[in-house]
Amino acid sequence: MPQLGLLHRRAWAALLGQLLRPPRVVCLGAARSHSQVAEAVLASQLKPHQEKSNFILKTPKGTRDFSPQQMAVREKILDIIVSCFKRHGAKGLDTPAFELKEMLTEKYGEDSGLIYDLKDQGGELLSLRYDLTVPFARYMAMNKLKKMKRYHVGKVWRRESPTIVQGRYREFCQCDFDIAGDFDPMIPDAECLKIICEILTGLQLGDFLIKVNDRRILDGMFAICGVPESKFRAICSSIDKLDKISWKDVRHEMVTEKGLAPEVADRIGDYVQCHGGLSLVEQMFQDPRLSQSKQALEGLGDLKLLLEYLTLFGIAEKICFDLSLARGLDYYTGVIYEAVLLQTPAPAEEEPLNVGSVAAGGRYDGLVGMFNPKGHKVPCVGLSIGVERIFSIVEQRMKTFGEKIRTTETQVFVATPQKNFLQERLKLIAELWDAGIKAELLYKNNPKLLTQLHYCENMGIPLVVIIGEQELKEGVIKLRSVATREEVAIKRENIVAEIQKRLFES
Amino acid sequence: MAERAALEELVRLQGEHVRELKQQKASAEQIEEEVAKLLKLKAQLGPDEGKHKFVLKTPKGTRDYNPRQMAVREKVFDIIISCFKRHGAEVIDTPVFELKETLTGKYGEDSKLIYDLKDQGGELLSLRYDLTVPFARYLAMNKLTNIKRYHIAKVYRRDNPAMTRGRYREFYQCDFDIAGQFDPMIPDAECLKIMCEILNSLQIGDFLVKVNDRRILDGMFAICGVPDSKFRTICSSVDKLDKVPWEEVKNEMVGEKGLAPEVADRIGDYVQQHGGVSLVEQLLQDPKLSQNKQALEGLGDLKLLFEYLTLFGIADKISFDLSLARGLDYYTGVIYEAVLLQTAAQAGEEPLGVGSVAAGGRYDGLVGMFDPKGRKVPCVGLSIGVERIFSIVEQRLEALEEKVRTTETQVLVASAQKKLLEERLKLVSELWDAGIKAELLYKKNPKLLNQLQYCEEAGIPLVAIVGEQELKDGVIKLRSVASREEVDVRREDLVKEIKRRTSPPLCIC
Repeated sequence: MPQLGLLHRRAWAALLGQLLRPPRVVCLGAARSHSQVAEAVLASQLKPHQEKSNFILKTPKGTRDFSPQQMAVREKILDIIVSCFKRHGAKGLDTPAFELKEMLTEKYGEDSGLIYDLKDQGGELLSLRYDLTVPFARYMAMNKLKKMKRYHVGKVWRRESPTIVQGRYREFCQCDFDIAGDFDPMIPDAECLKIICEILTGLQLGDFLIKVNDRRILDGMFAICGVPESKFRAICSSIDKLDKISWKDVRHEMVTEKGLAPEVADRIGDYVQCHGGLSLVEQMFQDPRLSQSKQALEGLGDLKLLLEYLTLFGIAEKICFDLSLARGLDYYTGVIYEAVLLQTPAPAEEEPLNVGSVAAGGRYDGLVGMFNPKGHKVPCVGLSIGVERIFSIVEQRMKTFGEKIRTTETQVFVATPQKNFLQERLKLIAELWDAGIKAELLYKNNPKLLTQLHYCENMGIPLVVIIGEQELKEGVIKLRSVATREEVAIKRENIVAEIQKRLFES
Repeated sequence: MAERAALEELVRLQGEHVRELKQQKASAEQIEEEVAKLLKLKAQLGPDEGKHKFVLKTPKGTRDYNPRQMAVREKVFDIIISCFKRHGAEVIDTPVFELKETLTGKYGEDSKLIYDLKDQGGELLSLRYDLTVPFARYLAMNKLTNIKRYHIAKVYRRDNPAMTRGRYREFYQCDFDIAGQFDPMIPDAECLKIMCEILNSLQIGDFLVKVNDRRILDGMFAICGVPDSKFRTICSSVDKLDKVPWEEVKNEMVGEKGLAPEVADRIGDYVQQHGGVSLVEQLLQDPKLSQNKQALEGLGDLKLLFEYLTLFGIADKISFDLSLARGLDYYTGVIYEAVLLQTAAQAGEEPLGVGSVAAGGRYDGLVGMFDPKGRKVPCVGLSIGVERIFSIVEQRLEALEEKVRTTETQVLVASAQKKLLEERLKLVSELWDAGIKAELLYKKNPKLLNQLQYCEEAGIPLVAIVGEQELKDGVIKLRSVASREEVDVRREDLVKEIKRRTSPPLCIC
């Protein structure tokens, strides 16, 4: 088993040991902080008369600004993700950044300490949302909806303990897709996995694998192995570490730290080190002990159906039935899954980025019912994309390969080599804007031509229109390609059409 | 039990008392005192005070955006962002909260409307109140001297919400700003051009952009004899002229704010004026105003601005209005505000009330407040009031009975007979892999009628129907939902045919 993931996930798992509502994705930021943001904390004792000014120039701990370069990368990534959600017919939804405190308090178990509260300023008690799933369940119950296929891209906030993990943000983006409703089994579940595959493929992050398991199989397995019910969760969190540490170490933890009988641990070991495809499911069906558990059989049956559908979807080879996949199981009731990247894109000299999950999810049939006063259940299955992790990987990849990305979409720059041509530039640029062309000019009355051309090169602007005295007399505009430096004179009245033609052709 | 009920009643009454005081605009000290009492009462209820009730709602002044509202929002943002990008703006993002001290001292009296985060042992934080202060902080922090950026995000204000009029506690702002030392009025003119382009594209009716200048206002107050100390308060009275007649404004200035009546009259001579560049010329000749250096500066800049706006082709949308004041605290030069001319009071619609849909101005001193050496970075920008625009667009669509689709699905993969789930799954997967937006019902054996109904409700234009006979023949029935026409398409040609039918017409623009 390759050593996958390091400090982040273990520490995270430790924190989430007995969660009622864990996050579905371990959203990791980069191991290194982005130097884009300068953290200059200047003491106010610099100059007495400047006491009034604020010298603490920083974003709050665990948060960051996104520069234009970073935003360009993020937008590309989010575009691919949202396009996929839309391709599958999901509707968009948005909820407020904060909820009534009571809405969140009993949903996250031990994690509740990580919720950001708002100050009691005499009104309602509020807290910043911790994920997008609880607000979704609240929305479903509030609007008495029985079914919905929705996506939600938004920020969430968690007061991560700063000592435990570095590079973990307190404010981060989640991209969730969920299908709520009572449907024929495993069809929506299969679509969720298809979506994860489409997104990870579309993002070109390299090879990936989706581990799949089922809560009922795990519970059934623990039962027939002899794990006391009271230890289910504790043992679960140990099993979950199998992707990072060896079976020997996990077994050791279960027996010595969690007081599990060695024989029971060994029996578990026979199962959890298994992973495979449909054949493993078939094998487990035949397993003399496991087939005694009704729960496990249910889970296995559903997985079998799932794998059939995934084969029809053409993605079965990306899927791996992995009996060690546990995840914070508290609100999952059926299938669970987690996507991991197989390559650590770590060029020589650089620290390998922690490999961990980039997407995850599962079925959770009981959550909406917790919000419904009559307890009406609405079964749900969904997924969450770890966009921050993906963002770090893409950023690092671009840095490694020296890839640059444009931060503007400007197509044409309006320039002049002579003085006193501001008016002409303003008239021309307005014509371009009114025709829907993306255009800029320098905010100088008399800019130098070289300065203007440099600006185009730096910003990646492909075309320049140049007006000057001679051109004005002749009724033409020079159209110049920044890349080739070729210039051609175009009649003033044709300039818009000519530009549009060139842009269309490129 | 009864004790607790009595305590809860006290909490409720005290809460109402606080709300009343706030509505009556009682003194800050009084409100604080009563809030403290309320907090003490609540504390007595104990930590599990929140558990017993289960209220399914969003916090006061906030709302979910349902799919329909999201579709409208997306359309509106698309138009706005296209315009910002057309003008070469980059985009940034900042955290939802800032260090409390970053925001303190920037909003004057409005500071009491800031949402604070609870002190949980770390830094003291507050939710951002606007996008301009974070922008100034970003510029100073990164030592940038020029940037043209837009930023679309939610901001938070503990205001008195009036949700029917689009006033929330959590709402979107769309800001565009140009920071940097440039030749005068070119960026300022571009901001106004952008506002006009956006309001035109949104098609929310005819609008007007009022323009004024802080220096002209200050200069005018000075030569009319307003004491320096009363500048701001007189300003806020003048600002009401778009809603309230001059007589009332004069009464307020003289009766409530202690302004000498002659001074008020002199002000009246100016602030009731509005016009084009000819008014600017006129005032440049005004014997009293031309004595004031500040006012002359402002008038000179406005004249130049009008020249540029004429070259931009939007001068007819601009009105130099001497009564435009706006919360002037950080503006240092030109200020502007766009208002809709029709109060969208079409048949059956509730008028949304007079109000601006976009505004902005020049603010040259803000970044310097963040820079440790006080280095200034001049800025000019604008903010689009999208929440109001969302309501207007939503109302307009309802009035026109235009259906807003909440999904973009192009094809539903359906089956006419039972036991065809596998075929549907295979086909829908083929369509997804080809980039086509497709769905299927999550039922093993759905009825064709239900599937067709689903398409009609969701506005899905095409249905790809698999059937036993068709499978044998190697074809799929492609049906147009609107016309109900069906045609058999060969399986291998289906993707191409769907793409042909769903591509927008080719256009070179």
